[in-house]
Amino acid sequence: MLCQECRRNEANIHIVKNIHGKQTELNLCEECARKKDELDFTFEPQFSLHKLFSSMLNQSLRDARESNEVANTQCQSCGLTFAQFSQVGRLGCGDCFAAFEDKLKPLLRRIHAGSAHNGKVPVKVQGRVRAIRQIDQLKEELQVKIQNEEFEDAALLRDCIRELESAVDKGATVVEEDDNSSSKGEKQ
Amino acid sequence: MKQVEFSLSRWMDGSGPETDMVLSSRVRVARNLKGHSFSCLASNEQTAEVLGKVRSTIDDIVELKNFTFWMMEDLTELEKQALVEKHLVSPLLARESKHGALLLREDEAVSLMINEEDHLRLQVILPGLQLEEAWREADYYDSLLEKELEYAFDENYGYLTACPTNVGTGLRVSVMLHLPALIITRQINRLLGALSQVGLAIRGLYGEGSEIIGNLVQISNQVTLGHSEDEIIGNLGGMIRQVIEQEQNARQALLDKKRAQLADKAWRSLGLLKYAQVMSSQEAIQLISDLRLGYDLGLIKTINHRLLNELLVLIRPACLQLLAHRELTESERNLERPVQIKEALARYM
Repeated sequence: MLCQECRRNEANIHIVKNIHGKQTELNLCEECARKKDELDFTFEPQFSLHKLFSSMLNQSLRDARESNEVANTQCQSCGLTFAQFSQVGRLGCGDCFAAFEDKLKPLLRRIHAGSAHNGKVPVKVQGRVRAIRQIDQLKEELQVKIQNEEFEDAALLRDCIRELESAVDKGATVVEEDDNSSSKGEKQ
Repeated sequence: MKQVEFSLSRWMDGSGPETDMVLSSRVRVARNLKGHSFSCLASNEQTAEVLGKVRSTIDDIVELKNFTFWMMEDLTELEKQALVEKHLVSPLLARESKHGALLLREDEAVSLMINEEDHLRLQVILPGLQLEEAWREADYYDSLLEKELEYAFDENYGYLTACPTNVGTGLRVSVMLHLPALIITRQINRLLGALSQVGLAIRGLYGEGSEIIGNLVQISNQVTLGHSEDEIIGNLGGMIRQVIEQEQNARQALLDKKRAQLADKAWRSLGLLKYAQVMSSQEAIQLISDLRLGYDLGLIKTINHRLLNELLVLIRPACLQLLAHRELTESERNLERPVQIKEALARYM
């Protein structure tokens, strides 16, 4: 049998794909199979999550079709629009996460275990991250104190939060580097 | 510049726990530099700038002194393809990266891809089931780089990556397994269905959607955000141990019922590998799998995992041509393959 792709060489590779129960068969020569990436010897997922993610994005874009606003949302740092992102499935720079946050967050929740990082933190930003996480925690405690009408404690907490927030704003929360510079497991 | 040669990577050496089922454990972390566009959107100048920053950092780190540095553009197509076949470079970096480069430790267990989809992709591959060890190594080198480079990191989203499927830890952990008994007894689909339910991705050796060839399967995590690195590794390791147990049971059941047939298949495979004159890579991969099962069941004793792993890689098109020191057409490769297989067998047996 001749290769279905080039119709020149002998087809010596028989590929059966079964995707969601839909079976397709291909008879290719080795050269064409490689060109089609059918014989990719790789650890990386070729497909899957990226395509799934991209289709989820398109769905969310369709949902928002009436407003061009979403599609035209643009990252001010790199210029990528949300519409472009949903086509290629890749962000343009680190600032895109903030620029598209409203749309990204629900998607991240669907494909991951939540939308908050719970792993390693670079040593350089550990102090800042710790302070921000502490502020969040103190704010929750503050709400409880207010509900319980423990206003004196609440005032103390509020001052503490303000102090931490101003330190974070000034970038004054850099911690000393610890020798085991690995910093995994910074749990919230 | 050092030439790319066919050498034995650490993951092929056949050591490590559970090598009768687990060929290798791989950990990779994705990192980007703060204040630089990600590779897919970056201009030529921008990727050059990223490369420059990373290169000068690497040069300053004593622990990276013994690593070899290659620019992708300096390598021949054959050399790039051979690195892909050995899992040291991604097809993307080999194919189309701007200012792409590779930094490789001598034992080929640790590699750093520069200007791939993310600015940095650090990878550790170890033989057998060694996920925690692989992560420890990756964490060590990541922390060395991170002392000098400022990574794109957000307190909520963690390490920022070009594809949102990698954000958070940026960690992808994969295990390559040889599961002949589950495949022969047709239990594999049920098992793979169950694994995908718990958020793990499963692929054949040759990429998503394609048929499983050589009874080799890769299982990896999909979730990178919300779980810590230890949780991701613990979850995957736990599932892998269950797969191993099921394969073990299936192997025992096969051995009880079809011992003679399995031994026959293994010895016939060895015979073909030794004496065949023309061989495609597909045929070779299947024969190597049958031989591996025979060895792991104790039905054939004169070989070892190191040889089996070496065979699995040297039969691939680009590695074969590197060994032959010349370019070969497909039909020439089918003639060269048995020659190289015989030489490898002679070295070990």
